[in-house]
Amino acid sequence: MFDAEMFMFWLIASLTGLCAIATVITQNIVRSATWLLFTLAGTSSIFFLLGADFVGAIQLLIYVGGTMVLVVFGVMLTAQGPFVNMRTSGAEWAISIVAGLMLLGVLCFGLTSFQNLPTGEALAKAKDAHTKQRKANDPKTSTHASTIGQALSGVGYGPIYKRMPPLPPTKDAKGNLVTLPGVPRETERIHYLLPFEIVSVHLLVVLIGAAYLARAKRRRGGKA
Amino acid sequence: MSEGVALYPYLVLGALLFTCGVICMATKRNAIGVLIGVELVLNGSNINFVAFSQYNPDFQVEGMIFALFVIVMAAGEAAVALAIVLNFYNNHSTVDVDSAEELKG
Repeated sequence: MFDAEMFMFWLIASLTGLCAIATVITQNIVRSATWLLFTLAGTSSIFFLLGADFVGAIQLLIYVGGTMVLVVFGVMLTAQGPFVNMRTSGAEWAISIVAGLMLLGVLCFGLTSFQNLPTGEALAKAKDAHTKQRKANDPKTSTHASTIGQALSGVGYGPIYKRMPPLPPTKDAKGNLVTLPGVPRETERIHYLLPFEIVSVHLLVVLIGAAYLARAKRRRGGKA
Repeated sequence: MSEGVALYPYLVLGALLFTCGVICMATKRNAIGVLIGVELVLNGSNINFVAFSQYNPDFQVEGMIFALFVIVMAAGEAAVALAIVLNFYNNHSTVDVDSAEELKG
């Protein structure tokens, strides 16, 4: 049977991998940046294929749109000629490629020894449930942008994890046991408000730091 | 399992991107090339995060949120690193990382 998802995955994955390899082996930095652009776009396609629409869109916006423009501007501002080659010697290449292949081997070996994953029928069931949730558009369980927004804004998502225990029955004025309606139950959901705030402050610090570091202070041509 | 892609191909793709990034960081002598290698490494980790978020039901939202945090961190890191590279270029008129040896002990 022709499996469209399988076909798309292998197509996109092989293109992305080839672009990544081309990024490494190109000596010209502008071409390297262009191959990186294709790699990033391929990664976002992988995200779309996985069903993570929001993350894929953000990947396109921030990485492909923002970071790549930054890198290309950096290349433009620091180029000493139109085609600058800073060659790496053959011995360094050999050592790096051997070390890289060994690293890849270790990583793949680690993947095969990773046990705690759903496989076979359990995996199919999980994927099925996931697809159903996505189709049902249930904001509590689906991985929509709204769910991510709830998780980041502190509203929280998913089931309510902690409840205050119900109040014990108490005696009223006549001595009867009554169950008071009690205080509203305290709810607590998983949310990521604190990391979100930390990232906000981090971005502010990055903004100030980058502006301070790259301020216009021309001291070209060696010392002062 | 008859349909769909298993988790492992995604993880292998992430490992491939990670390795390419590490080799890129090791071999490029241009500082911006090193930065490109860092971006590749972060993308490999992002593929892993999102793949786990889709294949592990307990990790459905967390994977995406961590991936978003990684993307934001990468953007900030690229900005600061390029600012440092520009500063270095202003002082030394080159972006060759081999010539950055003033802090050598």
